[in-house]
Amino acid sequence: MNFSPGPAITSAEEIIRECRALVELLPSQALARARESRPGLRGFGVFPVYAPQEIIHAAGLMPVGLFGAGAKLETTRADSRFQSFICSIARSTLELFLSGDLGRESGFEGAVFSSICDVARNLCSVAGRNAPGVYVEYLHLPQNAATPAAREYTRREFARFRDNLAGRVGRPIDDEAIRRSIALYNRVRELICELYTQRQERPGSIRTADLFAAVLAGTCMMPEDFVPMAEALLASVREHAPVPRDTVNVVLEGAFCEAPPLDLIDAIESAGCQIVEDDLAIGWRIFRKDVPVEGDPVAALADAYLAGSAYTSVRHDSTRPRTRGLLERVEASRADAVILASAKFCEPALFDYVLFRRALDERGVPHLKIEFEEKMWTFERLRNEIETFTESLLFD
Amino acid sequence: MPTTAQPPAANDYGSVVHDLSREVMTAWMTQLQDAARSGAPSAYMMVSGNCVEILRCFDILPVFPEINALQLAIRKKALPYILKAEEIGYASDNCAYVKADIGYTLLEGVGENGLTPRPSLIVCNFVGCNVYIKWFEHCAEMLGVPLVMIDVPFVRQGEAVSTGDLHYVMAQLRGLIAACEELTGRKFDIDRLREIVGYSARAEAGWSRAKDLCKTRPAPFDCYFDSINMMGPINALRGTKEAADFFDAAVAHYEMMAARGLGATDEEQFRVVFEGPPPYPYYRNFRNLFAAWKAVCVQSTYSTVGGTWEFGFRHDPDRPLESIAEQMLLHNLCNRTMQERYRQIRRYVEEWQADALVIHSVKSCRLFSAGQGDMREYFTKELGVPTLMVESDLEDPRYYAEAQMKNRIDAFFESLQYKRLRGSAAEARSVSPEGVSDAVRRGR
Repeated sequence: MNFSPGPAITSAEEIIRECRALVELLPSQALARARESRPGLRGFGVFPVYAPQEIIHAAGLMPVGLFGAGAKLETTRADSRFQSFICSIARSTLELFLSGDLGRESGFEGAVFSSICDVARNLCSVAGRNAPGVYVEYLHLPQNAATPAAREYTRREFARFRDNLAGRVGRPIDDEAIRRSIALYNRVRELICELYTQRQERPGSIRTADLFAAVLAGTCMMPEDFVPMAEALLASVREHAPVPRDTVNVVLEGAFCEAPPLDLIDAIESAGCQIVEDDLAIGWRIFRKDVPVEGDPVAALADAYLAGSAYTSVRHDSTRPRTRGLLERVEASRADAVILASAKFCEPALFDYVLFRRALDERGVPHLKIEFEEKMWTFERLRNEIETFTESLLFD
Repeated sequence: MPTTAQPPAANDYGSVVHDLSREVMTAWMTQLQDAARSGAPSAYMMVSGNCVEILRCFDILPVFPEINALQLAIRKKALPYILKAEEIGYASDNCAYVKADIGYTLLEGVGENGLTPRPSLIVCNFVGCNVYIKWFEHCAEMLGVPLVMIDVPFVRQGEAVSTGDLHYVMAQLRGLIAACEELTGRKFDIDRLREIVGYSARAEAGWSRAKDLCKTRPAPFDCYFDSINMMGPINALRGTKEAADFFDAAVAHYEMMAARGLGATDEEQFRVVFEGPPPYPYYRNFRNLFAAWKAVCVQSTYSTVGGTWEFGFRHDPDRPLESIAEQMLLHNLCNRTMQERYRQIRRYVEEWQADALVIHSVKSCRLFSAGQGDMREYFTKELGVPTLMVESDLEDPRYYAEAQMKNRIDAFFESLQYKRLRGSAAEARSVSPEGVSDAVRRGR
C-alpha cells in the first residue's frame, strides 16, 4: 500500500480499510511497508504519551507509535519480566524488544519513553538491557509548569534528545530540518483536528473506530504519506451525509496510552453512544494550535508542550487542572455523559477516576467507568453495561 | 531444619536501637498531635529524596503521609481505611499506601479531631515516584490546601547531574523557600540552613557507618527488618540534633556488637540482600520466616528510598541548597533506573558478601516492582546469584498468604543449604561467568 497522491484511493471506506490493515501490523511490518517506497528508511519507536516526533522525523527516521501489540503478538518471554499486575502495553512492548521486532535488524534505530508512570520508566530501563545495540532514550517531561524555570528546562531536555539522536544517526539535525518537520506535523494535526470536528458536528459522518484507525495509521507511516491520505479521507467524510441517530453523546476519557481494541470503540457506539470527544492517541495531536515555524524550533516545541498542549492524565499542571480540562471538554463538545475508560492496571487513569468522578458528580454529568485490555476479544458484557447506561439516560 | 528451627522470642530483635528510635519518633509524633490542635505550621512531604531541611529552616513541621500509611499497616489498622477509599472510587489496583492515607483523611484522622495536622502546605517532592503526584493532588483537593510542586528530573545520564537539571531543581527550591517565607512571615536564613544541613550530614555519616558494619560476620543488625529503626530518623527527622545524636548512639551500639562478635541472630547461617518494601501488615510473621533459617539481611534497597548515603554522599553545609538538590536528583533509590538498581544490588552482594538475593514484589508500588522478573533473570542467569522472588503487598493485608510464603521461603533456603552440603560452591565457581567477583561466587 502506498498513500502517495494518486487516483487509487478516493473513498472513505477504502482508506479506512487500508488504515485498519496498517494498524494490524507489527512495528517492523509497518516500517517494511514504508520502506517499499523509501528504501533504507529506519524507524524510531515512540512510547505514549508524547515525544517530539518532529525531531525524530528531522533526523530522517520514521516515528512509529507504540500503542501495544494487541492480539498481534503472543507474549511469551515478557510475562516472566513483568508481573501479572502490570499493564498489558508494558508487557507487549517489552515482547517487541525481546523478539527483535524493534531491533536494529528490523530497521529500528531505537525508541523513546517518557516520564508518564512508574511502569514506563522501569520498562525503558528493562527494554534497554534486553535489546543491546538499540538506542533507548528517556525523556523527563516537566511536571511543574508553574515555575519559570520549566521553559528553559524543557528546551534543554528536547535539545538533549536532538543531540543524542544526531549522535546516534551520525549526522546533525539542523534547525531548518526541524522547522520543515514541524510544518508537516502541523498539517497532520490540522487534518486530524478537522476530522474530529466533522465527527462532532456531523454525527455519523465518520465512526470513532474508523477515525481512531486513521489516527493510529498516521503513527506508523511517514507524515508525508499521511497528509494526502487524510486529505482524501476528509474530503470523502465531508461529502458523507450525516446519519443522525438517537444516541447519547459521550466523551471517552482515559485511553491515552494503551490502545483499546477498535472493536471496543465500535461496541460503545453500537450500544447507543456517539463519541463526540476523546483522548485516544492524544500525544500525537496534543497541540491545540500550530507550533511556530520561525525562530528556535526546539524552543517552539518546548513552549508548545508547556503552554499549548491538551491536558493529560500523566502530567501535573497546576495552572490547568485536569478536572477543569475534562469539564471544558464536556462543555465544548456538548456531551451528555462521560465514559471513563482506563486500561487494566493503568494507575494514572485509575487515580484520575476519583477526581474526575467527583468533579462530574458536582456538575451533574452522568458517567460510567469501564476497563479494557489490548488483548480483549469479547465485548458482550461491556456492550450490555453501556446499553444499560445509555438507556438510563435516554429514557430517564 | 525448617521443622526444628524456631524464630527468636519477640523481644530479641535489636531492642536497644529500636527503643532509641521509638523515643525520637514518638517525640515527633507528639509534635504532630499538638500541631493538629494548635494549627502550628506544618507541611506534607514525601520520603524519597526529600528536602525536609528547608521546612525545618522555617520551623514548619514535616508530615509524611507515607509514614502514616506505614504505621497504619504495621499496627494492622489499614484495611478499614483502604476500604473507605475504595468506596469513593479508588481501584483495587491503586497503590494501597495512598488508599490507606486517603481513607484515614476521610475518616477524620487529619485535622483537629485527628492525630495528624491539616497541613498548611503540601510539598510534592516528585522524586521518581509518579504516584506521589497523584497522591498529593488528591490531598490538596480534598483538604483544600495549596500544593507546591518540586519536579525532580529522573536520572538519565548515569552518575552525572547536568547543570540544567540542577538549575531547574534549585529554582524550584527557591520557589519553595518563597512559599515558606510567605506562610511563616519569616525571612530565609542561610546560616540556619547550613546548621540544619550539618546535622543531616552527621546523621548520614552515622547511617553509612551503621550499614558498613553489616559487612562484618555476623552482621550486628538486620539491614531490612531492623533498618526501619534508622529509616524514621534519617528520613523524617533529618536535619535535627536529635537525629544526629540518635545515629551516634546507634553506631556506638552496633560497633560494640560487632567488636564482641554479636549478631542480629545467633549463628548467622545465610546472608541475604533484600529488594522491595516489606509486607508491613505481616512484618513480624514475614521476618520470622527468615529468622527460622538464621538468615540475616546485610543490605537492602528499600532502606535507600530516602538516600544512598552508604555510597558516600553527604549534605554539605558549604553548599546547602546545591547539596539538597543533588540529593534529590541523584542520591536516592527512587530517582534511579532499574539498571542502576541492579548495579546497586550487585555491589551489595559483592561488598557485603551475601549468599542470595530476596525480592519482595509488592503490587502497590510499581516503582519497585515493575520489571523485577527481569531483575531475577539478571541475577540468576547472568550473575549466578541465587534469587528468591515472593509477592504480597506493603499495605494491603489481603495480598499476604502466609502458607504460600512459607513454602517458597523454606524451599529456597533448603535448596541453598543442600548446595552447601554437597559442596556446590566449587561447582558454582566453574559455571559463573567471567567478571563476577569472588564475593558473588562465594555467595553461592
